[in-house]
Amino acid sequence: MKLFKGKTISWQIVDGAMELVLDRAPCNEIGSETLAELESFVSALATLQDEAHALIISSARQEGFSAGADLRELYHRSQGLSLSQRKTGIREFLERIHAVMNAIDMAPVTTIAAVHGVTFGGGFELALTCDLIIADKMARFCFPELRLGLIPGFGGIPRLKRDLGNAVVRDLLLTGRSINAEKAQSVGLVSQVVAEGQALRVARATAAQIKKFDRETAKAAKLFIKADLAGELRREIDLFCELFTRPAVEAGLRKFVESTDALPYLP
Amino acid sequence: MSTLQNTTEQILQLAAEHFRVPREKLAADDDFFTKLGINSLQALDLLTRLEQHFHIELPDYELQGVSDFRTLAERIQSRL
Repeated sequence: MKLFKGKTISWQIVDGAMELVLDRAPCNEIGSETLAELESFVSALATLQDEAHALIISSARQEGFSAGADLRELYHRSQGLSLSQRKTGIREFLERIHAVMNAIDMAPVTTIAAVHGVTFGGGFELALTCDLIIADKMARFCFPELRLGLIPGFGGIPRLKRDLGNAVVRDLLLTGRSINAEKAQSVGLVSQVVAEGQALRVARATAAQIKKFDRETAKAAKLFIKADLAGELRREIDLFCELFTRPAVEAGLRKFVESTDALPYLP
Repeated sequence: MSTLQNTTEQILQLAAEHFRVPREKLAADDDFFTKLGINSLQALDLLTRLEQHFHIELPDYELQGVSDFRTLAERIQSRL
């Protein structure tokens, strides 16, 4: 499918680049519906990559790139289930989202995340699968999972460790604090910081530059640079599942769900 | 170095402009969530603008329990 318009995402080829746009209110929370459509995208990737040299992932939501996993759905789905059913359910979801993230991470084209606003949790993890992150100066990055008694579960820790120094990883993970685009660039997470509303335009200009190069060379360079994280990603799934069934997590999720605020876990 | 009073004034000015509230309707002791009508997402946006304006880094956990402009100014002042 060269063109797709779903309920939560859409994609098309523009000037030789695939453009995947997240568009689910309020801020692209990743739940089962988004996951299913992302799986469709990954299936279509094999065909799309024949005609495209780059992939740009962006958001149509004003609030930001993505607020991460759909915690409300996660909480409601786990109600009334036994401990073992909850563990099975969360493992199945993680296996599927990891397959999507891994496919984007190792896509044989250059990938660019054009981010703005809230880039939290699973949204941050999606951005981390991309080769380049181009950030609007109002973008903010955060792993708030520890505030809920969890760790990032969509491959975030291994990918963050791959890209950044361990001290920065510990700071982001263990304090759960958010950082702005300028700070993210200073630690090496973001390649370019641009003016408000300009991330997608700059990502397209970057994709046009990438188009000038031999595709096979770019692919070989990417595979050489990006380390294989399979073992660590597997351990992350196991650890997340182990933590997920603890009472502290259910209490944290309940507090989140019962709040009417946009980002109840902040500050 | 900027005084606390000056820092507070700059915050009030920036908040008034960005959230389109008349400056004269904002006071240092006001609850900014109530007065600006903002949620935590918009508060985060304000934090980013303040970090850029004052050229500082202010971890959001330092704003735990902070809801008035004066205390916000004190937190910023401690980073200047």
